[in-house]
Amino acid sequence: MTVAVTASAFDRAAVRRRRGTALRSQVAPVVLMLVPALALFTIFVILPMGEAGFYSLFKWNGYGSPQDFVGLRNFEQLLRNRTFWSALTNTGLIIAVSLAIQLPLALAMALLLAEKLRGRVAFRMVFFLPYILAEVATGLIWQFLYDGQYGAVALIWGWFDAQAPFVLADRTLAMGAVLVLVVWKYFGFHMMIYIAGLQSIPSEIIDAARIDGATPWQIVRRIKIPMLLPTIRLSVFFSVVGALQLFDMVMALTRGGPSNATHSLVTYLYTFGQMRMEIGFGSAVGVVLFLICVTFSIVYRRTLMRGD
Amino acid sequence: MNRMLSGLAAFAAAGLLSGVAMADATVKWLHIENTPDTVAWMESVARAYEAAHPGVTIQMQYLENEAYKAKLPTTLQSPDRPNIIYSWGGGVLRDQIKAGVIEDLSDAVKGEWADRISPAALDAFTVDGHVWGVPVLASQVGFWFNKPLLAKAGVKAEDIKSWDDLLSAVKTIKAAGIVPLATGGADKWPIHFYWTLLAMRIGGKDAFQAAYDQSGDGFDGPVYIKAGEDLKALAALEPFEPGYLGLTNPQAAGYFGDGKAAMHLMGNWDYLNAKKNSASGKGIPDAELGWFPFPTVAGGTGQPTDVLGGVNGWLVTKGSPPEAVDFLKFLTNKENQEKAAELGVYIPVNKGTAEKLKNPYFRQMAENIAKSGYFQVFYDQMLGANVGRVVNDVTTDIASGATDPKDAASQVQEAWEMR
Repeated sequence: MTVAVTASAFDRAAVRRRRGTALRSQVAPVVLMLVPALALFTIFVILPMGEAGFYSLFKWNGYGSPQDFVGLRNFEQLLRNRTFWSALTNTGLIIAVSLAIQLPLALAMALLLAEKLRGRVAFRMVFFLPYILAEVATGLIWQFLYDGQYGAVALIWGWFDAQAPFVLADRTLAMGAVLVLVVWKYFGFHMMIYIAGLQSIPSEIIDAARIDGATPWQIVRRIKIPMLLPTIRLSVFFSVVGALQLFDMVMALTRGGPSNATHSLVTYLYTFGQMRMEIGFGSAVGVVLFLICVTFSIVYRRTLMRGD
Repeated sequence: MNRMLSGLAAFAAAGLLSGVAMADATVKWLHIENTPDTVAWMESVARAYEAAHPGVTIQMQYLENEAYKAKLPTTLQSPDRPNIIYSWGGGVLRDQIKAGVIEDLSDAVKGEWADRISPAALDAFTVDGHVWGVPVLASQVGFWFNKPLLAKAGVKAEDIKSWDDLLSAVKTIKAAGIVPLATGGADKWPIHFYWTLLAMRIGGKDAFQAAYDQSGDGFDGPVYIKAGEDLKALAALEPFEPGYLGLTNPQAAGYFGDGKAAMHLMGNWDYLNAKKNSASGKGIPDAELGWFPFPTVAGGTGQPTDVLGGVNGWLVTKGSPPEAVDFLKFLTNKENQEKAAELGVYIPVNKGTAEKLKNPYFRQMAENIAKSGYFQVFYDQMLGANVGRVVNDVTTDIASGATDPKDAASQVQEAWEMR
């Protein structure tokens, strides 16, 4: 009994040793090949993140090196700042609208345009065009469209002889204008992802279902959408992360105005950190944004995207 | 032998190079000017200096106003920084000095050079007894107005002496179907002029000084709350152009220049700006353009002659070639500044240039500035980048109804205490 145990223990140790040498002979090239990637990652990702965390503990205007250590005061100020909460709410709104309106719209369009319809290529292109447009250009173009004096809004209201609203100058309407723009700009991108996903569904399955007498709606509900789920989970992920990073379009369209009503988290960071030369405070916003992103990514990947 | 030769060659080359470097200096001049006439004038001064100093290149670089303010801290700390930069003085200048990126000009700007400049202006660029920059221009904020539009509404500009006069004028103009006031609410600082000027008229210099030194009532004291309430009363009349919160200052200036609004509270630069941004590019003809200072407030201790404006100038960054300072000396000499006055690009702070001002409005303002007992530099510069932007934010919030005067005042005070 004891002998057998020691024997098997010995065997195991021998195996481990053998495996160890095999590993050791591989370690050197692995480490060598990792160096460039690791170096780049460290310099451009890890270090700046660490720096932001460090700066967030100082009151610092960006000149010289940070010296005025204030502990967590920047975070305390941040939590008391109303504009921060409105920026957070706005970001939440963008996520909600993306998930509740943009993605279903994209899915519906994809289901239509993945079929062999006449002119589908043209439609796909038209819907995808907004996504190709540069963010700043989009913001500027829509600034004109929303203008209550010369823009498309003015034109439409003019048909009814009514005074058009100044959408971007109205604190209650402006955020709606941003949301419309977000949906318009990005739904084409998600539509394309869905079309790609739909095309990878084997046609045999759908043919078989059809022969079995499934209605088109049943095919969509029972076959296409379930088989598309991994793609949908991915597009939800893109949508949320994109909403958290939204910056240039808002900057070009409203600059966070009127009266700071349309800030996203990133435009808030830029306006209240960079523009005010409060790099410490801006870093604190960055840290909070980072925590939100990381928490979301980890939770999402651990739960919903587990099997993908 | 060989090694010695190559050593000698290297030595010679080094000598040659350094010789070249001494004669060939490049001065990078970063500015924020985009009015074509003004840029053309600056360009001509730079070329004249180059012609007189062979080997020196004056390289003009442009950044838009807001971008300039945002990029400056990073730019100043890079080895490739510009040599001459634009400054509004105030809190931002103090931060830059503290960071050690600005050259002390005390040894250069003295004697004849210092004597050229009006002492009050030089004072704005003197911190702790050292001169850190060369002021070139001063400005005053007041109401520009469109004479035909006021006449049409039956309002006389001469009669607007008090804040109440202004409010009733606004009502009359609005009743006549004319937009009373243009303002660029998206930029926010145009609205902070109202709050600042109201506070100046209500509490005078003492109120500001007490808040600034934290020696008495702060920015949340009765003077500033009253200023907010007066601004709120104005905003309640809906005096601004429709959609003003979405329009930038250049757009609002163009709106006024197009003759669509009766008045525009703005600095003297609006004279050129309103023309440049108008649809025709010509703006309101001089005969139809008028100007009056900000009215007084009943019961206020501030004087009608107190001026809100700015003193702007040029700074030299650390490690710049001596030619940068020399060029500034050239730029601010009598001939060049008299020419600037004649062309009407700005109101120079050089002594004796006021007579050269052909622009009657600028001439009037130059006199006002010279006579003012209390010259207040714009709050958003004076109080530094952060507190300044809080002032801009909350004053716009008062106008838009996002906050009330009391809350606005306490936000400014809090930012000032936390700075």
